[in-house]
Amino acid sequence: MLEVTNLHASVVDAEDGEILKGLDLKVEPGQVHAIMGPNGSGKSTFANVLAGRLDYEVTDGDIEFDGESILEMPSDERAHNGIFLAFQYPAEIPGVRPWQFLKAALDAKHEANGEDKLSVREFSKLYDSKVAEVKINPDLMKRSLNEGFSGGEKKRNEMLQLAVLQPRLAVLDETDSGLDVDAMRVVADAVNALRSPDRSFILVTHYNRLLHHITPDIVHIMADGRLVETGGPELAEEVERDGYKRFLEEHAVATS
Amino acid sequence: MTTAERTKTIESYAADFSKTDGGAAWLADLRKKAWAEFEKLGFPTARRGNELWKYTDLRRLDARAFVRGEAETALSGEELRKAAPWSDEWHTAVVINVRFAPEASHNLTASDIAISDLAEAAGTQQSTVEPVLTEIAPFEDNPFVALNTALFETGLLINVNSGAELEQPVHILHVVTDGPENRAFYPRTLVIAEPGSSATIVETFINLSEGSQLTVPVLEVSLGEGANVRHFRVQLENEHSIHIGTTRTEQPADAVFESTTFATGPAIGRNDVHTNLAEEGAETTLHGLYITDGDSHQDNEISTTHQKPHGTSHQFYKGILAGKSRAVFSGKVLVQPGAMKTVAEQKDLNLLLSHGAEIDTKPSLEIYADDVKCAHGATAGHVDQSMLFYLMSRGVSREEAAMMLVTGFASEIVDEFEPEPLRDFLYAKLEQIIPALDSEGIL
Repeated sequence: MLEVTNLHASVVDAEDGEILKGLDLKVEPGQVHAIMGPNGSGKSTFANVLAGRLDYEVTDGDIEFDGESILEMPSDERAHNGIFLAFQYPAEIPGVRPWQFLKAALDAKHEANGEDKLSVREFSKLYDSKVAEVKINPDLMKRSLNEGFSGGEKKRNEMLQLAVLQPRLAVLDETDSGLDVDAMRVVADAVNALRSPDRSFILVTHYNRLLHHITPDIVHIMADGRLVETGGPELAEEVERDGYKRFLEEHAVATS
Repeated sequence: MTTAERTKTIESYAADFSKTDGGAAWLADLRKKAWAEFEKLGFPTARRGNELWKYTDLRRLDARAFVRGEAETALSGEELRKAAPWSDEWHTAVVINVRFAPEASHNLTASDIAISDLAEAAGTQQSTVEPVLTEIAPFEDNPFVALNTALFETGLLINVNSGAELEQPVHILHVVTDGPENRAFYPRTLVIAEPGSSATIVETFINLSEGSQLTVPVLEVSLGEGANVRHFRVQLENEHSIHIGTTRTEQPADAVFESTTFATGPAIGRNDVHTNLAEEGAETTLHGLYITDGDSHQDNEISTTHQKPHGTSHQFYKGILAGKSRAVFSGKVLVQPGAMKTVAEQKDLNLLLSHGAEIDTKPSLEIYADDVKCAHGATAGHVDQSMLFYLMSRGVSREEAAMMLVTGFASEIVDEFEPEPLRDFLYAKLEQIIPALDSEGIL
């Protein structure tokens, strides 16, 4: 489904140099991958590059989705093809209503894929049921998108969008950060409910907390812009117990 | 400009003045004084030191001879309903070109209001009109109020009875008909809201012609103690026209005046609003949205004077600028000595869609009392790339995402337009205007 080879990326017009330094990753349909790493290892950059954020420039390597390179594809087309990024810090957008925005997003996706758009009534029904599922206060959803939402409410709203848009590859960028137990449960439930043989997830996280609720198939450790070790859920447990020290030291030795 | 040129410019207005039916003797006399003032002042020039006109160049006005438009009645109700916001429930007074047109108006008679021809009322209701007209909007040192006073034909008088709470808004619909260019129009409205009354006044200016026209409206709002007037002003002009509008009110104790404007279109637009909080406990809210594109220029000259304690004023304007357009926000709050416990805030936020657009924003507070709470701020920025990315990452196209962001920016002001048909009308306008804005390829 997703194949990333030797991906190098840096911030556009920045002099800091590369953030991603040769990242390789292969995600098969139905798999749940976790990418764990310390702050500054490039996890969020990778998530944003997957979604096509223009602040980053891919300088080498490739990202293939369904066997085709998506590097030249704008964000909206990536979304139409089934890629979804749950943001670490979802933007607050004055004057745009969550309902209106999500309807426009789903319409655009259906249109791009030659499918029928939902009627207002059909969409409202879907929307209301998902709002109830992720337990967002419906009054909040009458406000501007994410404006005045708490951290937890923003993440629930991301899960609402995930549940409505039903992507094939969902990338969750630190979705667990700053969440209380209840909100964490909502995020986990949303992901677990959507797990299916043809849908894949990449969970980008600093801690093992979310992985107590969502059991990943494969865990990667990221350091210095690369995936330095790959294994099963036991890797996440090691991080929880011992931190990232071992991985960072081994990586430093390997690159020196 | 040379004296000869100035004389020539003034001449075309002088011809109109000589043709003006002065009306009641006192009004004819007032018009003469106003005309003399205009002759003395001429049109202002944009230059250093002339703070009120520093950023707005009126040479376009001097370059043409605008002649007062003719009265016309050949407008169908259908045409009006298509071009302007409309509700059959509203009290709609239609002014076509230079004259109040009762036959095109709708629902004018109601128990608590009287809507009449102002020039006529100057004769029949002299004791009501004479003490107020030009008292709230004096023409001294103001060439546009002077010109309007000298040249308005019928004008409108709207009287709201003491203690009345109007359920439906009064809509004053000013229409410029299709016709030759270089016509001038002088809409004049006097609103008298008696003590304790409450009313919503909507003013819409639409221009059905494509040529260059000049519109110089003046609105005076006289408020009684504890009166509450909500004013909505919609200025939709064509891109060749000039629109210099003046709104003035004088607020006695506990009177509330709220004015929200929507301005777009003209080559030169000016929205000049001044409220004077003359007694204790008065409150004024001046909000607005301006959208400029191409070579258009919109100037917002917004000022409030606090004379007495416990007054509150809010100025909040938003601008959307595209193409090579320019806009000005000049907000002033003057807190006079003794106006203690004044609360005043000023804010002007601008969204620049192109590199060629330019905003001069100048909120200013002048405070001569020490126990007050005042704040001001202004910003200008481009469309936020993180917001754009967020929307696009969900599948919304770049064009639609930009449209959503710009409309969202506007909605904070547009949502204040309370009569629903008016708000719907403005959102429909935004749907036409925003996608057509020239972002010079940035968006």
